Amino acid sequence: MTQIETPSPHAARQHWMATLARASAEDLAERLATLPPFPEPETLRAPETGLVMVRGRAGGDGEAFNLGEMTVTRCALRLGAHIGHAYIAGRDHAKARLAALLDAALQDSALHQTCMQAVVEPLAAAQQAAHAAEARKAAATRVDFFTMATMR
Amino acid sequence: MYVAVKGGEKAISAAHAWLDETRRGDTGLPELSVAQIEQQMALAVDRVMAEGSCHDRFLAALAIKQAKGDLIEAAFLLRAYRTTLPRFGASAPLETSRMRLRRRISATYKDLPGGQVLGPTFDYTHRLLDFALAAEGRDAPATPEAPTDMTDVPRVTEILAREGLMQREALSESEPGDLTREPLSFPASRAVRLQNLARGDEGFLLALGYSTQRGYGNAHPFVGEIRVGHIGVEITPPELGFAIDIGDIGITECQMVNQFKGSRTEPAQFTRGYGLVFGHGERRAMSMALVDRGLRARELGEEADAPAQQEEFVLYHSDNIEATGFVEHLKLPHYVDFQSELENLRTIRRAAEAELREAAE
Repeated sequence: MTQIETPSPHAARQHWMATLARASAEDLAERLATLPPFPEPETLRAPETGLVMVRGRAGGDGEAFNLGEMTVTRCALRLGAHIGHAYIAGRDHAKARLAALLDAALQDSALHQTCMQAVVEPLAAAQQAAHAAEARKAAATRVDFFTMATMR
Repeated sequence: MYVAVKGGEKAISAAHAWLDETRRGDTGLPELSVAQIEQQMALAVDRVMAEGSCHDRFLAALAIKQAKGDLIEAAFLLRAYRTTLPRFGASAPLETSRMRLRRRISATYKDLPGGQVLGPTFDYTHRLLDFALAAEGRDAPATPEAPTDMTDVPRVTEILAREGLMQREALSESEPGDLTREPLSFPASRAVRLQNLARGDEGFLLALGYSTQRGYGNAHPFVGEIRVGHIGVEITPPELGFAIDIGDIGITECQMVNQFKGSRTEPAQFTRGYGLVFGHGERRAMSMALVDRGLRARELGEEADAPAQQEEFVLYHSDNIEATGFVEHLKLPHYVDFQSELENLRTIRRAAEAELREAAE
């Protein structure tokens, strides 16, 4: 799913940010609604849509080249002592705000555990399940070669 | 003589109103939603994202709706939109060996690790019109599933490279050139050529790729591998200082394996042509790979006399937004230009007639 090399000192945060980036705004709002409300965050950078140039490699493993751009939305909020960041594919401002809010909450040791259990873990499990279902469909289209000789 | 022409606003506004009406078509039929286009015209969306050089499925679907299904017009709309957005940065280069595969086939090895995975493909369909699709409300049958062990799916090119039979790609950590920032210049780097081809017109790439197979360029290509699937995009925002995954995009990759006779410094070996495109676009990725290999002719010390090997010709004519802009601008008023041409022609004719009269006298 991710290209991130482990171990990294940021592995836990990278995991939740990747999970939040793949969820829909509706999913995030629905999961957040199961938690006691957070204090009002301070907006450091309102949701803003821009572009990231996606790069590939010549031959798959050679020098980098610019493949094309993709839309990305970013947002930064302060919740208590923590700054939450979101960079997410697409143009959904509501989702970027929710992802940044959760990123801040997840850095707060008092909120971390409940946010992981109520939001990140179920979303990660659903994403894993969707990927696994796709992999099973792909596996069903794998060709099993047999030679005509075995048919006689 | 310059004559400013005003007027036409009323006609233009009436024409656009009629365009809106024809876009909607028969109002007795339900209107297409952008989500329906995104889901059910998925390959058109992929093509518009590739040629628009901007990955955003919703925007591409909206552009298709606005363009009444004219995919070049839709790519044009997407390119225009992207110019309104700031650039946040560049991603880490995609490590396609780690993509989540829907499809992975090789025409060079039957029994390769990871196997031949067909995925959702038109290949092996009979190309008979399916009238059952004309009846609405039919649900697609459930897709079969099988236990999966897609853990080890090595690249075909790597298998060959380990044996020393495939030329390794040059490695460089320098910033790749960017066509959206600097205009083309020649000779173009491989990175710039690949960017140009990745967003090039599919028909143009297909025809050029085809020409290399038919003898204009002496290619003898094999599909080493085609991969179709999804991959996470990773960026390192400066305020964070570490890499984060911002979500998945769909991509198609083609590794074309080509012969290379060798040179004074290199033994005979295979060389690569490479195709990588947004979305599911095998024809596009394969064509790109054929043309990429064609454009490597000079670097590999081959003759470069076929159209697909001529860098300036290929790179200057691949972009359908530029091409359509220049071709279609001919529709715009050229009244004054034409008046001067007409005047010119009349002068020539008068001079010729005068000469004829003099000769006759």
